[in-house]
Amino acid sequence: MNTVAAYGNTPFVDEIRAYVIRPYESEMGKMNWTQIGNLEDIPRQGSRVVNTAKGEIALFRSVDDQVFALDNRCPHKGGPLSQGIVHGKRVTCPLHSWVISLESGEAVAPDVGCAHRHEVRVAHGVLFLEVKA
Amino acid sequence: MSNKKTRLVVIGNGMAGIRTIEELLKMSPDEYEITVFGAEPQPNYNRILLSPILSGEMKFQDTVLNDWSWYEENNITLHAGKTVTKIDRQRCVVETEDGVSVPYDRLLIATGSNPIMLPVPGIDLPGVLAYRSIDDVEKMLAAARDKTKPKKRAVVIGGGLLGLEAANGLSLQGMEVSVVHLCDWPMERQLDQVGGGLLKRELEKRGLKFYLSRQTEAILGDDIGGEHRITGLRFKDGEEIPADLVIMAAGIRPNIELAKSAGIHCERGIVVNDTMQTYDPKVYSVGECVQHRKQTYGLVAPLFEQAKVAANHLAEYGRMRYEGSSVSTKLKVTGIDLFSAGDFNPGPEDEELLLQDAARGVYKKLVLRDNKLRGAVMYGDTVDGPWYFQMLRDGTDITEMREHILFGQAHLGDSGRGGAASVANMPDSTEVCGCNGVCKGTIVKTILDKKLFTLEEVRAHTKASSSCGSCTGLVESILANTVGGDYSTKQSKKAMCPCTELTHEEVREAIAKQKLKSMPELMATLSWKTQDGCHSCRPALNYYLLSAWPGVYQDDNRSRFINERVHANIQKDGTYSVVPRIWGGVTSPSELRSIADIAEKYKVPTVKITGGQRIDLLGVTKEDLPGMWGDLVNAGFVSGRAYGKSLRTVKTCVGSEWCRFGTQDSTGLGIKVEKMTWGSWTPHKFKIAVSGCPRNCAEATIQDFGVGCVESGYEIHVGGNGGIKVRVTDFLCKVATEEEVLEYCGAFMQLYREEAHYLDRTAPWIERVGLAYVKQRVVEDAAGRADLYARFLESQKYSQDDPWKERAEGKDAHEYAALAEIA
Ligand code: SRM
Ligand SMILES: Cc1cc2nc3c(=O)[nH]c(=O)nc-3n(C[C@H](O)[C@H](O)[C@H](O)COP(=O)(O)OP(=O)(O)OC[C@H]3O[C@@H](n4cnc5c(N)ncnc54)[C@H](O)[C@@H]3O)c2cc1C
Ligand code: SF4
Ligand code: FES
Repeated sequence: MNTVAAYGNTPFVDEIRAYVIRPYESEMGKMNWTQIGNLEDIPRQGSRVVNTAKGEIALFRSVDDQVFALDNRCPHKGGPLSQGIVHGKRVTCPLHSWVISLESGEAVAPDVGCAHRHEVRVAHGVLFLEVKA
Repeated sequence: MSNKKTRLVVIGNGMAGIRTIEELLKMSPDEYEITVFGAEPQPNYNRILLSPILSGEMKFQDTVLNDWSWYEENNITLHAGKTVTKIDRQRCVVETEDGVSVPYDRLLIATGSNPIMLPVPGIDLPGVLAYRSIDDVEKMLAAARDKTKPKKRAVVIGGGLLGLEAANGLSLQGMEVSVVHLCDWPMERQLDQVGGGLLKRELEKRGLKFYLSRQTEAILGDDIGGEHRITGLRFKDGEEIPADLVIMAAGIRPNIELAKSAGIHCERGIVVNDTMQTYDPKVYSVGECVQHRKQTYGLVAPLFEQAKVAANHLAEYGRMRYEGSSVSTKLKVTGIDLFSAGDFNPGPEDEELLLQDAARGVYKKLVLRDNKLRGAVMYGDTVDGPWYFQMLRDGTDITEMREHILFGQAHLGDSGRGGAASVANMPDSTEVCGCNGVCKGTIVKTILDKKLFTLEEVRAHTKASSSCGSCTGLVESILANTVGGDYSTKQSKKAMCPCTELTHEEVREAIAKQKLKSMPELMATLSWKTQDGCHSCRPALNYYLLSAWPGVYQDDNRSRFINERVHANIQKDGTYSVVPRIWGGVTSPSELRSIADIAEKYKVPTVKITGGQRIDLLGVTKEDLPGMWGDLVNAGFVSGRAYGKSLRTVKTCVGSEWCRFGTQDSTGLGIKVEKMTWGSWTPHKFKIAVSGCPRNCAEATIQDFGVGCVESGYEIHVGGNGGIKVRVTDFLCKVATEEEVLEYCGAFMQLYREEAHYLDRTAPWIERVGLAYVKQRVVEDAAGRADLYARFLESQKYSQDDPWKERAEGKDAHEYAALAEIA
């Protein structure tokens, strides 16, 4: 198990190569929480990606420091949501500007579609993501 | 809820009143306990669509805007079918005829208007109807379908918009219809004599009969079969015509009796100020009953503007002002294309442009004053109506397009959209929006199903015209055709985005005057409605702050579109393209060799020569970007900013160095210009070209800034655009030296940077402000030009850091790396 603190604000790209982390059973209940990094690793109004066996998951941090996780695939044509502009509790897809609710993963009307959401927790500034088996 | 809510009572369950409530609920859903009184027993419906109901094209259900459940869901108490007869302003209570009384803290009067019933003998006969409500329409339909009478003749008094729509509808219901009108031609308030004549002829072809310049003296009746019935109509000149049904469409009068009896100041309408408040500060008023700056309105678009303002004040935002509207009109008779806007009767200081094509049945008239549009009348071909209307409202200087303006926007080089036929006759299957593949039929259906009124709504629901925007005029025409009138939200004042009521200009002014230097500060000072803006205002604000405070404002990369944030163009599969700057399009074997090596190292799938004289490396993954940039930087390249609202390319031709026709060193000059301008952020992308002689091989005349070299110096051209709508540059001036070219280039770019709206390219910007203005600032005012140039150079000091170099060295590293891998 790697320590997450190791990749706080490291300046060089090469050192930021992502860590391979194995899921573990946490004390936070029966859920399969995986420690993935620190709140500070995601810029405010920004996003980072976690690569999983089942595809990319985008983590978003709103201006008031709430964290959300969605599949990094826009329900429209698969655009990478992590690259969009985050505003309020929403993100605008970079490809054709669908607006997706970070809370529900649903596209904001009139568009219809859903980006699957994932459970994420922040405890003492450390991020935990629930990865379903 | 512990605190009691403020009580808002609305009198009038019609279009303006309920629109105000809708706007209010959007802004402040829980502030008020709302009670609505409506004299009509129906929920709020779209009055405009009475005509299609009458003509049999629609059913009442299709026109309901807010059904019963809407009132319930929003906790609104609706008293439908109840007329308010008294407002007690001392006790703050309204009372109905049958004794219901409701107290208010705020009152909104939206009682609309009443049809004018001419005071002639016989006006009280059964069978004399107005044309205002669904009740009227049902009575008309019953009369038309009455099987007991063999020959059913209707006479419509009034040949205006409403009268003709009624006449057309009744005629389609099988009645024999005559129109009586005081003037020499129908719709004299919207059409001049020629247009009115064309309209009359077309309606006659459809079976309507006109009695023009006639005044009704009496409606005649008789007892027939024990029933008192209409038999006909007598004119002042003595002539009598037969009739079984008479429709009064002689105009409307603001419905102010109730307000007046409560002592609220009224003239022709209920007098309100710019916040839609009456003389009693507790009482607001909107709609046709209102008189604002001496004006009353009888079309929906201005009423909706009023609704927005009233709601803004009811919600205690207190920011908006209603400053009056200009309106355009459209007759909703299927198959007749007619459009009018503004003041189309030329005065002594006005000019008139006319186009008349009898064979095609087309008539167009534009009225100009000081090279700006004041009014437009169109008949037969109205596709350009919204375009003219837009220019009219914007006060666009049309000097440059004067020669072609009558032929429409298509003739100004709107590639691909040329010859768009009349919207009404366009088949449903015609593709209107090429970007999103939306057909006319889909747009019409969505407008009707979803009850849309504005261009913004149509964009949101259909995506039509939401991408490149070249079909906007067409979509507006379809909207106007489907619902009548012009509902585009591009009103006299257009808010930047839904997060604010302020316009681009107002925001830029506030940034300068109030010295706003950060986005949170700006949003707080200007009362932004959202926590941190949206994808539309944030990039604009970021640009405005950046251009206002060079070197001071910290660029906010969270407010940049992805391409600008990661300094590469995102592709459809989520990979990126990399375009290094190739100064003036000139390269060398060693540069090419390094590009080739780097392309191989990173396994770039496609290497392409761009339309901008450089090389595009396509299909690079995000993780590879910093590494690849590092290699490019080491080989001497900087970012080409092919992704930015910034200087793109400077195209050149070979020029005097090689070409037998070259008059100047166009290549060298192009490189100098590019070295000066690269890195600058602009409202939209900015492209430059320098051609060595009038053969113009670098296509300088479709660039934002183009230089055409000639023996005696350099001709400077501005405001060109390739792309969606080709626009040839305007000639700005001629200069003698390369130094002057650089100065004019910097000054022109700076003016554009400081004054254009974000996402306006130079072409639409110049069309809006006029070439004369740009000439004045950049050519005539030498001291001003020097200042602009100096400001440009100053801000360049802070923007010529290569973003690739910084990122290869580690800046924003998180953008390019995953946070974690989970096995
Ligand atoms: C790469 C290139 C096509 C090519 O393979 O040649 C290109 C590619 C794109 N163009 Fe272009 N344009 C390219 C030259 C042009 C030209 C020709 C020119 O510059 O001489 C034009 C017409 C001239 C003009 O701009 O007036 C052109 C008019 C447009 C437009 C329409 C602009 C307009 O005002 O009407 C857009 C849409 C926009 O900017 O909103 C656009 C947008 C785009 C975008 C950015 C679309 C997008 O958002 O993904 C494309 C990016 C692809 C990429 O990742 O590189 N591109 N584009 C050319 C890059 C030139 C360069 O070296 O930087
Ligand atoms: C046939 C027809 C076609 C039209 N076509 C177009 C068009 O193509 N384009 C366009 O822009 N406009 C058109 N209009 C005009 C448009 O419908 C009106 O401008 C708009 O409906 C006015 O809105 P309002 O809220 O001011 O009045 P209304 O919609 O008339 O609403 C006022 C409501 O107040 C109620 N009321 C009045 N007094 C009282 C009282 N004392 N107590 C309780 N309730 C009361 C009335 O019953 C009514 O329901 C058309 C109008 C008609 C009649
Ligand atoms: S490169 Fe330009 S013309 Fe080609 S598809 Fe993309 S935007 Fe359209
Ligand atoms: S892929 Fe997201 S909007 Fe099209």
